[in-house]
Amino acid sequence: MEEKLLDLLAELCEEDEVKNNLDEDLFESGLMDSLAFAELLFAIEENFGVIIAPSEIQRSDINTANKIIRLVKERMNA
Amino acid sequence: MSFFSGYEFFIYLFVLLIPAAVLGMREKSLKWYRWVISAFFIIRVYGPTPIQFLYLLGYVVFATYLVKIYLFLRTKHGRNKYIYGHAVFLALLPLAVYKIGVAEGFSLFGFLGISYICFRVIQVIIETYDGVICEIRELQFVEFLLFFTSLSSGPIDRSRRFNEDDDKIWTRKEYTELLSSGLYKLILGIFYKVVCSGVLYYVLQTYIDGHYTPLYLVGYAYVYGFCLFFDFAGYCAMAVGTSYVLGIRMPDNFNKPFLSVDIKDFWNRWHITLSSWFRDFIFTRFMIDSVRKKRFSSRLTGAAVGLILNMFIMGVWHGLEGHYIAYGLYHGCILALVEIYQKKSGFYKRNRQKKWYVAGSWFINLNVVMFGFLIFSGYLSNVL
Repeated sequence: MEEKLLDLLAELCEEDEVKNNLDEDLFESGLMDSLAFAELLFAIEENFGVIIAPSEIQRSDINTANKIIRLVKERMNA
Repeated sequence: MSFFSGYEFFIYLFVLLIPAAVLGMREKSLKWYRWVISAFFIIRVYGPTPIQFLYLLGYVVFATYLVKIYLFLRTKHGRNKYIYGHAVFLALLPLAVYKIGVAEGFSLFGFLGISYICFRVIQVIIETYDGVICEIRELQFVEFLLFFTSLSSGPIDRSRRFNEDDDKIWTRKEYTELLSSGLYKLILGIFYKVVCSGVLYYVLQTYIDGHYTPLYLVGYAYVYGFCLFFDFAGYCAMAVGTSYVLGIRMPDNFNKPFLSVDIKDFWNRWHITLSSWFRDFIFTRFMIDSVRKKRFSSRLTGAAVGLILNMFIMGVWHGLEGHYIAYGLYHGCILALVEIYQKKSGFYKRNRQKKWYVAGSWFINLNVVMFGFLIFSGYLSNVL
């Protein structure tokens, strides 16, 4: 699951670099913008059946690859 | 009396904030006191126009039933788009009737704060649909809608954030910090609004208004832009500061907007609670929906359409007059163009970190923003 999520992320950010540093701030580094963010939420819903509402989370809850993985895992187990 | 203007308001405000500070420092709940102070100011402000007062109360009662009934249906029927659409439509209906009325010259459902209160109601409906809100306490919902500091002009708080502070009893140490930064914001806001905006408004009226040569138009754009900033940012700082003293950490609405280096940066700093509301409840949802329905062949096209649509709706929300709609479309198109440029341009990618580029980008963006204010002011209609 982690691997699949990282592949998705790399595709959205158009940068394989995200797989190397899982704690990098995706918004600050310019890898992720509000558009990629929307696509990420959709991809998570499509691939893992986890619906995350845009207003439910702060950017700071989901700004690194590790945080995204943790959030999706939490929701899948919930 | 009006909110945050005139000696009378401020005398009452400072007197009525003293008991709040005493309660806060003694680690008491400020909940009931917020009710008292909100009721006091609402009666004073709306009292002279009883019809507005009735519309306000009527809308609040209507909205409370609406969100409770919607929550009930949501629990029973799940994520049903049909019911959801009706709930949003009903919440918006009075605002739509009012805005059409203004444009057509009749007055119905209009009351001070109608545009802002709608945002709060719709946020609750959308988050109920999302499943993020599973419980609505009626009284707390009413308190959220009627909290006087942000009732008429923002900032636009979010219900879950508000409720968290509302239920909280601050420790003495926490409250001391709230009180001191609250008073600081309140006084800064008074300075912005009364002194800075007042002087700029005088300059605008006395020296610039009525002249239409290109140089005067540039002057009008700049002076109007700064005047609007000090007026609105001052108002919001007072609202945020007062909220702090009353134990609510109302979100800031401005963060040095004239330092922004591009238009996206600007919208993260100007009227922040409005633009983040639009981002969370319109733009991101439209984008997710577009990806799902494969509405656009490329993501960049999708983004461009999404941005223009988003800002168009923001323009319409300001009012149906031509200059507001033009203002929305103008910002939408600029956002779309900048998005395309930043994604496609190698020149941008090579230079975006360099000092000269940042300086140039700041200067161009400042002028783009000021031209936007010129459109917003409606002053151009005198020229065209």
